[in-house]
Amino acid sequence: MLLIPCPWCGPREEAEFHYGGQAHVAYPDDPAALSDEEWARYLFFRDNPKGVFAERWSHSAGCRRWFNALRDTATNEIHAVYRVGEPRPVTS
Amino acid sequence: MAERRSPAAAFAGRFAAASEGGALRLAELPFRTQLNLRVDPASPAARDLGDALGAPLPVEPCTAVTAGDVTVAWLGPDEWLVIAPPGHRPELLSKALGDRHGSVVDVSAQRTTLLVGGPRARDLLAHGCALDLHPSVFGPGRCAQTTLARAQVVLLPQADGVHVLVRSSFAAYLAEWLLDAATEYLR
Ligand SMILES: [Zn+2]
Repeated sequence: MLLIPCPWCGPREEAEFHYGGQAHVAYPDDPAALSDEEWARYLFFRDNPKGVFAERWSHSAGCRRWFNALRDTATNEIHAVYRVGEPRPVTS
Repeated sequence: MAERRSPAAAFAGRFAAASEGGALRLAELPFRTQLNLRVDPASPAARDLGDALGAPLPVEPCTAVTAGDVTVAWLGPDEWLVIAPPGHRPELLSKALGDRHGSVVDVSAQRTTLLVGGPRARDLLAHGCALDLHPSVFGPGRCAQTTLARAQVVLLPQADGVHVLVRSSFAAYLAEWLLDAATEYLR
């Protein structure tokens, strides 16, 4: 069980959250101009690093806000959480 | 006029029996007025709504303010739950908001309130809630949206105990769970 610090509510158990996949995937400026392959890459292709990963979480059983977290996919350590619209924090 | 029946009405007898020993006080507080309020906290509209309520909208997460018989609980950075005695009139707030950006929605029927009071209230809730409910960190003036026995709830510590706001359709389940978890505290 992860203890996830919601940027609004503070640390809560993982069961209160929903996972939202990779963060900072920008919607294409002009979706109609994309080829099928480019569109599929936007929709389905995500990074899969071993290490620090910026990802979206929703505190669905609490304040119901989406936020971003930097989580190490190998150790599950959460290095930072930040609110939507805030820049990705720099981690060493 | 149609008969009005609260979601946990059928548990009144068992709640009263469980409260006899003095360790716990269980009861439903039915039909309380609940308004969902959404507005930009930095806007003049938020200030006017605070004036209408008698207290500024709390902006610190997981806090609540009480003015008279009305409690305003923080639900999110632009969302609050206004709780008032049964029959409170929501028009006053709609009027304060006017046609500005925001919303006041009567959600009184969405949740009912279960009172969990008495000296063992915190022990009882701890059976199904991961939060630290010690009065030093969770006394009056705080609120929390979390899960109790996997049911989504809003917890409001008040003078008479913790008010557990639970969705109407989960009220019977949570009442059964509370009575079951309370067994060890009853004589
Ligand atoms: Zn939260």
